[in-house]
Amino acid sequence: MNYRSPLAKVRGLGSAKSGTGHWWMQRVTAAALVPLTFWVLVYTRMALTAPYPQTLAWLADPFHAVAVWSWVLLACYHAALGLQVVIEDYVAAEGIKIIAVWAVNLAFLFLALAASVALLRIVVTG
Amino acid sequence: MAEFTLPKNSVVTKGREFPAPDNATHTRRFEVYRWAPEAGENPRVDVFHLDMEDCGPMVLDAIIKIKNEIDSSLTFRRSCREGVCGSCAMNINGRNSLACTKAVADYTGSIKIFPLPHLQVVKDLVPDMTHFYAQYASIKPWLEAQTPAPADSERLQSHADRAKLDGLYDCVLCACCSTSCPSYWWNSERYLGPAVLLQAYRWLVDSRDENSGERLDDLEDPFKLYRCHTIMNCTDTCPKDLNPAKAIAEIKKLLVQRQHG
Repeated sequence: MNYRSPLAKVRGLGSAKSGTGHWWMQRVTAAALVPLTFWVLVYTRMALTAPYPQTLAWLADPFHAVAVWSWVLLACYHAALGLQVVIEDYVAAEGIKIIAVWAVNLAFLFLALAASVALLRIVVTG
Repeated sequence: MAEFTLPKNSVVTKGREFPAPDNATHTRRFEVYRWAPEAGENPRVDVFHLDMEDCGPMVLDAIIKIKNEIDSSLTFRRSCREGVCGSCAMNINGRNSLACTKAVADYTGSIKIFPLPHLQVVKDLVPDMTHFYAQYASIKPWLEAQTPAPADSERLQSHADRAKLDGLYDCVLCACCSTSCPSYWWNSERYLGPAVLLQAYRWLVDSRDENSGERLDDLEDPFKLYRCHTIMNCTDTCPKDLNPAKAIAEIKKLLVQRQHG
């Protein structure tokens, strides 16, 4: 028998005093990704149809490189934020939830780092 | 994981069927969810055929007729019978609403009547609202002010400030919106749900209240507030045509405003 009052259960550990930054950054990254996706579409088209050296040269251009890099970083950040919300929604077991959220965050951090290193190499070596 | 299937003892079975009287000229079919805790049986759906020539026009009238004339054990909440008290909230043909404001004639075919979704059932159409009411209490639904009220009058409010409460004070806390929200289904232990958040906003925008900061502090939580993903079932189902989704969006705007505004 649980004798805690319903109000005590609802109040629980109180408010985390966070969540606004998470929610706001998801909107900010979403808005920023809309124009940046233009460069990624151009890049994807080149990667699929243009010769390899031409694609490299296009990416090595600092302006293009910064645009694509921004897209990669923002897309990884946006995806990590979004997947965290999905996990929190559907995974009820506390332990699995924490591990899953961190696995997602680390996976996207790794992806962002790998993409950054690849881009830097192209920009530096041309 | 969130549970997507019913546990074995909640699977709904076929129940009894009650035919219309022989002289009935205008019959309608009602399928009503039945479950009694003392019976130790699975829930069932009983079918009642009513003669609408001898019954009031609303869904609530039909349920009252069933209780009065066919099966007195049918259990449900009702009081005002005019959409003001919020007692007779139930799921009618897949949509949460107040049985007293829905006309039988507005539905075609059989009318399926179930308790509000995803709450523990006490009996038949009566769900356990304990947690919902505790959540309401947790947002301190009363005016909080440090400044004493004027000695010889009430706390004054301009017409414009009073107008901000329209569409908020009208909420009757029937829980139709909260129990239609998938986010509330999966995380109701921690997510406050649309009804309670609309009430929270009602006190946030009240010009006489002096505690907006603390109220926002209490709401700023990934689960209490930010489980709202603008699914909009709440606004879609509200029997009073209110807009809880907009109230929640306004709370989020206030929180962003105090950080970045």
